[in-house]
Amino acid sequence: MSDNADQGRQALIGSGTGGGLTLRQVRTLFWLIVAAALAWLFIARWPEWLDGLLISKKAFLSAILNGLTLAGLYFLVASGFTLVFGLMRNVNLAHGSLYLLGAYIGYEVATVTGVWLLGVAAGFVVLAVVGLVMQILIFRRLEGDDLRQTLVTIGISIVAADLMLAVWSGSTYQISPPDWLQGAVKLPFATAYRSNGSVIYLTYPFYRLVVFAAAVAIGLGLWLMLNRTRIGMMIRAGVDDRAMLAASGKNVHLIFATVFAIGAGLAGFAGVVGGSALSVAPGEDVRYLLASLVVVIVGGMGSVTGAAIGALIIGLSEQIGLVYFPTYGVVLTFVIMVVTLSIRPQGLMGRAR
Amino acid sequence: MSLLTEVGSPAASRPHFPELFTQGHALLGFVLLVYPALASDFFVTQIGAYSLIVGLIALSLMVLAGYGGMVSMAQITIAGAAAYVVAILGDNNSGVHGLGWSWWIVVPVAAGSASVLSAIFGWIAVRTEGIYTIMITLAIATACFYFTQQNYALFNGFPGYSGLRAPTVLGVYWRDPQPFYYLCLTVAAIGYVAVLYAARSTFGLTLQAIRDNPRRMRAIGFDVTAHKVFAWWLAGLLAGVAGVLLAWFNGRVSPGTIAVAPAINILVVAVIGGLRHPIGPFVGALVVVVIQTFAIDIVGAERFNTLIGLFFLVIVFISPDGILGLWARYGPHPERDGKTSG
Repeated sequence: MSDNADQGRQALIGSGTGGGLTLRQVRTLFWLIVAAALAWLFIARWPEWLDGLLISKKAFLSAILNGLTLAGLYFLVASGFTLVFGLMRNVNLAHGSLYLLGAYIGYEVATVTGVWLLGVAAGFVVLAVVGLVMQILIFRRLEGDDLRQTLVTIGISIVAADLMLAVWSGSTYQISPPDWLQGAVKLPFATAYRSNGSVIYLTYPFYRLVVFAAAVAIGLGLWLMLNRTRIGMMIRAGVDDRAMLAASGKNVHLIFATVFAIGAGLAGFAGVVGGSALSVAPGEDVRYLLASLVVVIVGGMGSVTGAAIGALIIGLSEQIGLVYFPTYGVVLTFVIMVVTLSIRPQGLMGRAR
Repeated sequence: MSLLTEVGSPAASRPHFPELFTQGHALLGFVLLVYPALASDFFVTQIGAYSLIVGLIALSLMVLAGYGGMVSMAQITIAGAAAYVVAILGDNNSGVHGLGWSWWIVVPVAAGSASVLSAIFGWIAVRTEGIYTIMITLAIATACFYFTQQNYALFNGFPGYSGLRAPTVLGVYWRDPQPFYYLCLTVAAIGYVAVLYAARSTFGLTLQAIRDNPRRMRAIGFDVTAHKVFAWWLAGLLAGVAGVLLAWFNGRVSPGTIAVAPAINILVVAVIGGLRHPIGPFVGALVVVVIQTFAIDIVGAERFNTLIGLFFLVIVFISPDGILGLWARYGPHPERDGKTSG
């Protein structure tokens, strides 16, 4: 049936040009046009009407770049969440608490040792161990019981939030990144032109660009691990059919523990990195939990690519919403979620079950 | 179940609706009725009435989760919506809106709009199944919380509304401890009986069948989505009425009322009580409210959330059916002790 439809569409589109465009080519063309339009928005000198429409080029570019940074953070948090969910059907509602705990631990280590990178490493390692312990002590005992696992994670998040409040109180912390990561860089995007002809370029905090780059690097690493290594193959097999993987003699518990450790570790890593870009305070756990939920619902559960796409959409829309319609920014996120659910209930990259 | 009905006498195996009300109910009703005569005002309002309100909200969750298999985290959001409607259409002293309509218009409109909102949430959530519902409703609840916090035009942002007053009808100010307690008790009793009745109705049985096997029900020709959305609407009505009571109880409504912590609190209440029977949410509400009120004396300062969280974890670990499950396991068993197994 879909073949017929495809051919019909081809005939329709191809009749004029003679060469014939496939659906795939149309799609590529569409994305090329979008990319070109974006590139033009970044590079070109804006005409008056566009300034009127989008406030100013500077505001627009900053919103996009902030959105990318935020998307990077969201991706780091949500990729672990989605992997754990895809493999174990475990909705870890304590994932936001892992983020916050990572941030606090990173702060402590970075402050005591004075080495920021040690703080980042500690955030990852300690939280990976915490995740491992959670998996072995708690979730393994409740395997196959989705609802109880989820309820347990809720209980953990309540206790964790309260204990973190007891230890670190309600004040806001700022982890300061090292000097070589601070400062602003000039980007080759002109934002304004002086009357004497000189050009003002956009400056942007270097650290935020590094956050985005780190997220991309880790995303690539995850993709390589999942698609090019043996353990990645087992994880993908487990996402598709857990029972079959166990039946074929693989140690499922080892794989579960590995994935949980990676997921929790990434949340802790994101906590330190995010805590250096923004700030660390009680309540951040809920914010990142919501972000992970929406990112994963939009992107598709169990898919790392989906998490990347979802993070981009949510991060960008949140920042663009913040600039252009401040009081309704959250609604935009919400609308995106609802629209996705009504068109593709399984998420953009999720598989129908 | 159907086998049993054929073997034994029909009435014994599946009691008809009036027969559900046993001596236990009579005793419970008596205790609840005379309670205000024995307790101080603090116990009547802060423990009694508040437990009934929280229990009513948790009851709406129990309807969805127990009969429909849909665990919702958005019930407090729905109750909060009703409370906001009370604040906007009725009187408040925040100087924003407060149209000053009479209570007999405000209350139905509040409960009605909450139930419609609930149906909309349900319509979104039923597009997916099982554990996804929890994620989607939590996302909805959190988004609503952030929205009310940011929006000043309609929700008056962070401070919300204060100075909400219960009406004075028949010469009684209904927020005075004893009248308010009896008001809550009446509403809770009506809700409880309605849920018991609905669970036995054709709709209730269909809903439970859908919970157990949606594919088969769809194949037989039932509209699964419509049944689920209607269940959401009914649950929304319960939560909405509870929301009106909550607004009168607190005298204020703010984003804090519908934050993530209260949303989780409702789930904790329902799970601690048990999701199998409508009495569960009220039991859970009483336990949690008592812990919240007196934990300060036990663990000092502000660590009562840790205590509640740990209690919740223990319950989830040892008894998936909450306190009701414990009761079923260790409590008295007239049927088991009296009869041989059927």
